[in-house]
Amino acid sequence: MSFWIPIVLLSPLIAGLLALALPNKFALRPAVGLVGSLTLLIGAIGLFSETADGSIAVYHFGAWPPPFAISYAADTLSALMVLVSAIVSLGTAIFAFSDADKGASSRGYHGFVHIMVFGVCAAFLTADLFHLFVAFEVLLIASFALVVLDGKRDQYEGGFKYVALNLFASLMFLSGIGLLYGMLGSLNLADLAQLAAASDEPAKLSLAGALLCAAFSIKAGLFPLYFWLPASYHVPSSTVSAIFAGLLTKVGVYALFRVIPLIFAADWSYFQAWLLPVANFTMVLGVFGAVTQKNLRRLLSFHIISQIGYIILGLALFTPLALAGAVLYLIHNIIVKTNLFFIAGYIESLRGTGNLKYLGGLYKERPGLALLFLLSALSLGGLPPLSGFWAKYMIVRACLEAGAPISAAVALFTGFFTLFCMMKVWTEIFWKNPPESAPAATAAAAAAAAGATGAIGTEHVATPVVPVMPKGRVFAAVSTIVVFNLIALGIGFFPEPLIALAEQAAGQLIDPSDYIRQVLGTMP
Amino acid sequence: MTVLLSIATGFLFATGLYMMLRRSITKMLLGLLLLANAANLLIFVAANPVKGQSPLVAEGAQALEQSAANPLPQALILTAIVIGFGVLAFAVVLFSRVYLHTGSDDSDQLTGTES
Repeated sequence: MSFWIPIVLLSPLIAGLLALALPNKFALRPAVGLVGSLTLLIGAIGLFSETADGSIAVYHFGAWPPPFAISYAADTLSALMVLVSAIVSLGTAIFAFSDADKGASSRGYHGFVHIMVFGVCAAFLTADLFHLFVAFEVLLIASFALVVLDGKRDQYEGGFKYVALNLFASLMFLSGIGLLYGMLGSLNLADLAQLAAASDEPAKLSLAGALLCAAFSIKAGLFPLYFWLPASYHVPSSTVSAIFAGLLTKVGVYALFRVIPLIFAADWSYFQAWLLPVANFTMVLGVFGAVTQKNLRRLLSFHIISQIGYIILGLALFTPLALAGAVLYLIHNIIVKTNLFFIAGYIESLRGTGNLKYLGGLYKERPGLALLFLLSALSLGGLPPLSGFWAKYMIVRACLEAGAPISAAVALFTGFFTLFCMMKVWTEIFWKNPPESAPAATAAAAAAAAGATGAIGTEHVATPVVPVMPKGRVFAAVSTIVVFNLIALGIGFFPEPLIALAEQAAGQLIDPSDYIRQVLGTMP
Repeated sequence: MTVLLSIATGFLFATGLYMMLRRSITKMLLGLLLLANAANLLIFVAANPVKGQSPLVAEGAQALEQSAANPLPQALILTAIVIGFGVLAFAVVLFSRVYLHTGSDDSDQLTGTES
C-alpha cells in the first residue's frame, strides 16, 4: 500500500473543493490552487521515486481485498504521466496570474481546474475499468464548465461541439464496459486481463474492445473523430486552453495504452489493423489542417491532433522501441504543447489578438520571446538535439525495424510539414512587418481588448491600442514559459534517463504480468 | 424477459443514434438522453439478470447461493444514472444557451469557431 497515491488524488480534490467553497477575496482561491498544485507535485515526485526502479505501487481504497476493492496502481507509465500532469498543473497555476480577467476567479476557475486535474490523475492511476469511466466523467464535467466559463458566444458554440461529441464517446465507453462485464464478470483491469487471457472467444471480447477503442479515440482526437478538438480548444481563455492542450487528449491516449494491450492482447492484430492506418491519417490530416489556419491557438490545436498520431503509431507497432518512443513522445509533447499555448496566450495578451494576419514585428520588442517560441517550435518539428527529435527518431526507427516503411515515410513527411508550418507562424508573428492599418475595431471589440483578455481568438479584430501589461503579470507569464522551455531543453540534451524510464514503461506494457500480480496481490 | 429487454435496448440505441444524426440541436440532445438510457439498460441485460433470487446470505450460511442475482450491475447502473443525470442537465442548459446566443437550432449554422 503506497501512501503517495492518496496524496496525489486528494490534494487536487481538496484544493478544488476548497477553492469553490472559499469566498473570492484576498486572493484566497489562487493561493489554495497554488498550494494544491505544490502538494500534488510533491506527491507525484514521491510516487515517481517509489516506482522509478520498476516496482508497482498499489493502493486499495476501503482496504477491501482485490479484486473487490477499487484499486489504484502506478507503474512507470502512470507515475510519469502523473508527474508531468503535476508540473503542468503547477505551471498553469502560476501562468494564471498573468491573466487580467479577474472575473474568471469569481466564476470558479480555480475550483474547476483542480477538480479536472483530480479527474486526470485518477484516470492515470486507477486499475478499475468502471472507475476509469467515473474519472473521465469527473474531468469532463469540470472541463465543460471551463470551456464556457466566460459565457461568450464562441464558447457556447465550441462548447456545444465539445460536449456533444465527448458525451457520445462516454456512452460508447459505458456500453463497452457493460458488454465486457457481461462476458467476463469483473471490472478490475488486472482481473479482466487474466479472465480475458483464459477466455476461449477472444473475437467476441474484441467487440467490446472495439467500443472502448472508439470511445478512447474520440477523447484522444484521432482521425476521423477529431473535429470537435479544433472547434473548441481555442475558445476558452489562454490559461484554460493550455491545460486542455497539455492534459485532456493525453488521458484518452493513456487509456488506449493501458486498457487495449492489457485486456485484448490475444486479438492484437485486429486492433493493429485499425490503429496503424488511423495513426497515419491522424498525423497527415492534422498537420494539413494546421497549415491553412490563421488563428494561432486554433493552428496549435491542429498540431495536437497531428502529434497524437505519432504516439498512436508507436502503440500500433507495439514493439519495445516503438512503445518507448511513444511514451517519450507523450512526455515531450505535454511539456512542449502546453508551453506553446502559454506563449500563444502571452502574445495574445501583448497584442490583443491571436490572428496571424494582424500580428507581426514582435521580434523588435521581444527578442527573448522570439527565441523561446523558436525553441519550442523546432522541438515540435523534431530538430536535433531538441526533445522532439529523440522521440521522433525512436518511432521512425521502430517503424523501419517493424517493417512499416510507409508509416516511417508518413512520420517524416509530417515532421517536415510541422517544421514548415511552425516556421511560417514564427515569421508571421516575429519577422513580418506589422500590418499598416489595423482594421477599424468595433466598439465592443475595443472594450474587450481594453481588458486585454485576448481570450477569444476568433474575434478577427485587432485594436491599435493594447494597454501595457503590468510587471507582475509579465513576470508570471515569462517565468512559466522559461521554466517549461528549460524542461524541454533538459529532455533534449540529457535524454538518457528519460529514455531508460520510457523503455521500462514499454517493458511493463508488453509484459503486464507484474502489474497483474501486484494489483491482485497474488504472490509469484 | 431478457429477449424483451434486449429488443428494447436495441430500439433505444437505434432511435438514439438516429436522433444524434439530426441537425437540430434539440433532437441531438434527445438522442443523447436515449443513448444514456440504452447504455444503462445494456449493462443490465448483458449481466444476465435473474428473477426472484435476492442476493441475501441465508441465516447460518457463510456465502451466497450460486443462483443468487448479481447486485453489482445495478450498482453500476445507479452510478451511471447519477453521472448521466448531472452531465445531461449541464448539456440541457448549454444547448439552450447556444440557442439563445446564436438564435439557431441548426447545427450546420454553428460555424463561428470553424475558421
